[in-house]
Amino acid sequence: MTDAPPPADGASTEAPSAGRAQSRRSPRDVNEHGERRVSSGFGRYLLKHAGGAAVSLLLVLFSSFFIFRLIAGDPIDQLTKERPVSPEQRAAMRAELGLDQPLWQQFWDYIAGTLTMDLGESFQYRRPIFDLIVERLPATLLLSGTGMVLAVVLGFWIGTRSGWKQGSRFDRGHVATGLVLYSAPTFWLGMIVILVFARYLGLFPVNGMRSPSTPPDFWSQAVDIGYHLVLPVLTYTAVVYAGYLMIMRSSILDEIGSDYLTTARAKGLRDDEVRQKHAVPNALLPTVTLVFLALGSVVNGSIVTETVFSWPGLGTLFVNSIFYPDRPVLQALFVLFSSSTILAVLCAEILYWFIDPRIRRS
Amino acid sequence: MLLEFKDLRVTYRGSRGRLPAVRGVDLAVDAGETLGIAGESGCGKSTLAMAVLRLLPKSAEVSGEILLDGEDLLQMGWGRLRAVRWTGASIVFQGAMHSLNAVQRIGRQIAEPILVHEAKTTPAAAARRAEALLERVGLPASRARSYPHELSGGQRQRVMIAMALACDPDLVIADEATTALDVMVQAQVLQLIAELVTERGVGLMMISHDLSVLSAVCDRAAVMYAGRIVEQGPAGEVFANARHPYSAALSAAFPVIGDPAARMSPGGLAGDPPDPVRLPEGCSFRPRCAVAVERCGAESPELLAVPVRGSAGVADAARVSACFVAQEGMPVVL
Repeated sequence: MTDAPPPADGASTEAPSAGRAQSRRSPRDVNEHGERRVSSGFGRYLLKHAGGAAVSLLLVLFSSFFIFRLIAGDPIDQLTKERPVSPEQRAAMRAELGLDQPLWQQFWDYIAGTLTMDLGESFQYRRPIFDLIVERLPATLLLSGTGMVLAVVLGFWIGTRSGWKQGSRFDRGHVATGLVLYSAPTFWLGMIVILVFARYLGLFPVNGMRSPSTPPDFWSQAVDIGYHLVLPVLTYTAVVYAGYLMIMRSSILDEIGSDYLTTARAKGLRDDEVRQKHAVPNALLPTVTLVFLALGSVVNGSIVTETVFSWPGLGTLFVNSIFYPDRPVLQALFVLFSSSTILAVLCAEILYWFIDPRIRRS
Repeated sequence: MLLEFKDLRVTYRGSRGRLPAVRGVDLAVDAGETLGIAGESGCGKSTLAMAVLRLLPKSAEVSGEILLDGEDLLQMGWGRLRAVRWTGASIVFQGAMHSLNAVQRIGRQIAEPILVHEAKTTPAAAARRAEALLERVGLPASRARSYPHELSGGQRQRVMIAMALACDPDLVIADEATTALDVMVQAQVLQLIAELVTERGVGLMMISHDLSVLSAVCDRAAVMYAGRIVEQGPAGEVFANARHPYSAALSAAFPVIGDPAARMSPGGLAGDPPDPVRLPEGCSFRPRCAVAVERCGAESPELLAVPVRGSAGVADAARVSACFVAQEGMPVVL
């Protein structure tokens, strides 16, 4: 906090930016509801939610620019650290990084750049951020995608049976286990997993995504990556599955006294048929948003797990960039993480239209 | 006898202790006969309906016998019970909105019991039968593709009736089947039920608090109070010429249309039904009864044949009443 001007600058420019976002939002809404009359119900529904998502995306775009200017001081100080640098060198670095431009110019470059997928250059790697993200995205998607699917399936499966037989030993046992794992810090659980499965049992590699000695052909590589994937996925799933368990369990509990289940029983269905054919489809409805939120956080959901296992994904990149601090990278990742969640929620809302017949009426 | 209750008792275990909902009911429905059961909320009539297919919650203790075609439902194993559900007896539930699955199409819900009980029927054949049933209850076959929320209350109740008939049961139980409907729709649905009962020769056990509904459809009527049958007899007579002060009060609570005197002084009944946990000594209706005598506070009256007005004090076997006053041939209304 040696430099007073940047935070002050940032603070003074934030207020008008929020104002602009506001003024931008209202004509949009008027457009959607007033002028543009869409005949089909779905069109209007889609437009309404897509409009909301667009507003959120813009707010993310604006705030990302200012937040990281507020919290990370002067980048030149950080880049040069304790080395003695002459004022001329500092000025040259500023010019090179585009920091000599006025703030509105930087802001404009940032907005235009982000919208055209030109995310700028990383301070620490001196490479286009877009390339950095593209390189690391597959590793992240593989780890948290696998973990997320496992967690959702496992959580829903156990949650359904837990809620259906509330208070049974199955229920109490699984809720207790799930909550203990849920409340365990990821890094701690990760280290325990490493200790047990890698150190003592020697079953799996400790870190990284592949061994350098593996032959380059596809199958050897795939097997090697799968082998490296086991422990991070295990850690990740163990921490998050209880969330899905509890949601599905309470969703089933909401349905359990319902009259339509009595109807199904009266018809002569077996208990498991009543559960699977009637209770589960109704109980799944309120969890759709949750699943899509989960899909949205596949991009950023495994930051700690990736760090513990040195997994070469976006999470590791994010943590490294915080320590550096690499402001353009943080800025870009913040936008990426947020927009993936916003888009996932939008997808959930679109899907609701098709799976919940009651929405179409309203 | 198609359906017979023998000393049926249902007690709920709850936080307030044991709560007797049905306290020794003997009742029978013949094949093709329609029996109405009347009573206030909480008198145990819905518990009676749910007990038939053993749909009561786990907290309910059931004793006695429920014979369906001579077979005791309470002693059946789960497999046999599931086979009897919907084929031996089916239920038209109250509040059809919640009794239908909101996310399943109507046709599939009607066809479901057919597929469950008839292993040989293909899904396509079951769907065709569901459409035929919909047409029988006065809905277009295309409605099979609708969801419950797309139908009106009356249409949903028709769907429930179609569903109840899907497996050609011998007995249909209608639990407040028309209660949530407005009067016009209610009349149509009652008409439909009456038609189907004659057409298919099913036994019907109809439960309602609305006496006009029961007298329109039923041959016989039983009046329940605090978990017991207090009067039973031919439906029209029970309501026109009650032989129990409670049924008399129940009939009087519905004003006669077109009678200004009845509109000005609807004959309601003061007080509430007794708390099942603390039932009064003797006759449970005594605290609300206008004609109670000394004996009513000491003994609980049995259900016995009673003399009817104009029969010169001779008891009519078709009319039974659990009232000391009526059993002595005295009037039950002041």
